[in-house]
Amino acid sequence: MAAKKNTIAIKDQPKHLLGIQNLSVQEAKNILEEAKTFIKLNRSISKKSDILRGKTQINLFFEPSTRTQSSFDLAGKRLGADVMTMNVANSALKKGETLMDTAMTLNAMHPDIIVIRHQDSGAPNLLSQKVNCTVINAGDGWREHPTQALLDALTIINRKGKIEGLKIAICGDILHSRVARSNIYLMNMLGAEVNVVAPKTLMPKSIERLGVKSFTDMKKGLDGCDIVMMLRLQNERMQGSFLPSKREYYEFYGLTPEKLKFANKDALIMHPGPMNRGVEIDTKLADDINVSLVKEQVELGVAVRMACLKMYCKK
Amino acid sequence: MTEKILINARIIDPSQEMDEKGSVVVDKNGKIKAIGKDVKKNDISSSAEIIDLKNNILIPGIVDMKAFVGEPGYEYKENFRTLSHAALAGGVTSIVTMPNTKPLIDNVSMVDFIIRRGRDKASVNLFPSATLTREMEGKQMTEFGLLSTKGIVGFTDAVKAVQSTETMVKIMDYASDIGVLIMQHAEDYELSKNGCINEGEVSTRLGLQGISYIAEKIIIERDLSLLNEFSCRYHINQISSKESLEVIKRNKENGLNFTVGVSINNLSLNENDIGDFKTFLKVSPPLRLEDDRLALVQGIKSGLIDVIISDHTPEDEEGKRLPFAQAATGAIGIETLLPLALEMYHNESLPLKKIIETLTINPAKILKINKGTLKKGSDADMCIFDLDTPWIIKADLLKSKSKNTAVEERKVQGKVLMTFLNGELAFKS
Repeated sequence: MAAKKNTIAIKDQPKHLLGIQNLSVQEAKNILEEAKTFIKLNRSISKKSDILRGKTQINLFFEPSTRTQSSFDLAGKRLGADVMTMNVANSALKKGETLMDTAMTLNAMHPDIIVIRHQDSGAPNLLSQKVNCTVINAGDGWREHPTQALLDALTIINRKGKIEGLKIAICGDILHSRVARSNIYLMNMLGAEVNVVAPKTLMPKSIERLGVKSFTDMKKGLDGCDIVMMLRLQNERMQGSFLPSKREYYEFYGLTPEKLKFANKDALIMHPGPMNRGVEIDTKLADDINVSLVKEQVELGVAVRMACLKMYCKK
Repeated sequence: MTEKILINARIIDPSQEMDEKGSVVVDKNGKIKAIGKDVKKNDISSSAEIIDLKNNILIPGIVDMKAFVGEPGYEYKENFRTLSHAALAGGVTSIVTMPNTKPLIDNVSMVDFIIRRGRDKASVNLFPSATLTREMEGKQMTEFGLLSTKGIVGFTDAVKAVQSTETMVKIMDYASDIGVLIMQHAEDYELSKNGCINEGEVSTRLGLQGISYIAEKIIIERDLSLLNEFSCRYHINQISSKESLEVIKRNKENGLNFTVGVSINNLSLNENDIGDFKTFLKVSPPLRLEDDRLALVQGIKSGLIDVIISDHTPEDEEGKRLPFAQAATGAIGIETLLPLALEMYHNESLPLKKIIETLTINPAKILKINKGTLKKGSDADMCIFDLDTPWIIKADLLKSKSKNTAVEERKVQGKVLMTFLNGELAFKS
């Protein structure tokens, strides 16, 4: 009898959180509802629950990350899970072991959840085909960063009460941004209108097919927007052939109080961090608690990740 | 070997404008003795073996202008024996093998080796190509003259393009004098760097670095511009976009002489088929839009494209079970070349004769080899297929050593029944 149960358990395909693209509108809303309950818990004196007691969570980060990694770490611990973070810089992967070998090795340790961050788009999808546990994507290549989009949505709902009917501008290096892609999908699903603003060299081809309007002019792109999401411009992009200079980028695409005036009066600013002050955003603006939601994003990130861990972890 | 007569065949041989019911007589030496509806009794000796083809189609054995064999260096992917089996099962009797082996086929001793090894192990006609440049580095041309005398039919860096315009000028200038065939893989590396699929909606959705059609077009533009100055035998291995086709059209209309190939992958798949990171569909040049695919089919119809190739590229599972950007490039295809090509007949895009032409006499003419025809006196390399039999492609049943087919589970129509090599039955399904 016990053996039979076991076979069923293996055959049971756990659900993974690989991207916003794979979510239904209802699933996204359910995660956001669940996350709301954790905001309170995280603000209380005793932050610990035992929902995931006895569960093992492995954070497998192939790319350096500060906030996402610590956010998942904390989220798992607050739910009572045993959390292990794999420092890939010291692992066998540097010795030529493939992602699949690592997956098999980790799988043999019977984790319940693997949280993966990888520089290659689609790596979490590949991993999910090989392991028996839940896989949560903490960012893959330029493709998706679903929990970031979910925490952005929660932050907006927290301040604006809703997403439906809002106009949201996503500005900066759209081409190399998984945050932009996940947000485009999610904000569209939740009924917002989405503008993307970038210089042509940082705008992906056929982006309109994802359901957005694209602009190269901040003034036009921000017009009538309730939320302005700025993206990080990575240093290496400034040295390549994408842009003439940091100075020129800031002049035309850096968010300043003047450019913010193109948006609605009560428009709010978001940034997934870490910020390049004086490159994509004016430093005072970034810290202005009246318009900047940056700190709230980090806070609610933990709540969203707790919700995801709880809902996706195999019971 | 006894004489043979294959009766009740629908013979399609574009090299002699033949599409008729008739018979083929193969003499004792494996050559075509008589062919067509008028085969007479006195063409046949009384002891001849009679094979009834039951109204199935008989064509010249297919000539595949681009296939990769793993020998030497990559025997775990494919060897001469497995490649031969796969080829014969696909009706292919002549193969131009790519020189990007390990070591590369870029010097005379390697050519000797591969010809000897092929003769001992292969059961199809092999026509080796050599690299265009030493070490495939795109800097110094290989010994075109010496290599040709050793049996090299064409020169190509297979999966690489010569980037330096200066080197290309020298190559074409030199080649124009000695008459060797230059086969270019058109791809500008600076533009295609790190790219793994077509640049467009799918690359945007999957978050992968795209390869613009410009990477292909710019090399074709450059080479054709040079061809105006140095008229050599120039062939573009494979094109993938309608923009490339426009450049080709303009130049062919201006009277420039060159030939063009297309991979069966780009004729039967588009970028949407990649779905959720199917690495078996990572090919070079990449699969592009449906519009491009349709344009390429029309390109065959109008004669702008001369040949269809399998671009047979065996890769083992290890190389493909990786994140898309890291996965190996290429798909096997020699065994499924004909059935996929026949799709274009069944969906009424191309006449049957045109398809057969691009698979037989056209490549043979470009290569200047005496193949792809069933004219009296030719080698009796023949493929017999049933035009209508439906079947489903299953990787496990394919004969190639590697199973990386891009068309797993595809429903196709038309199946190779028999393949003859020099008059001998070499494959029977």
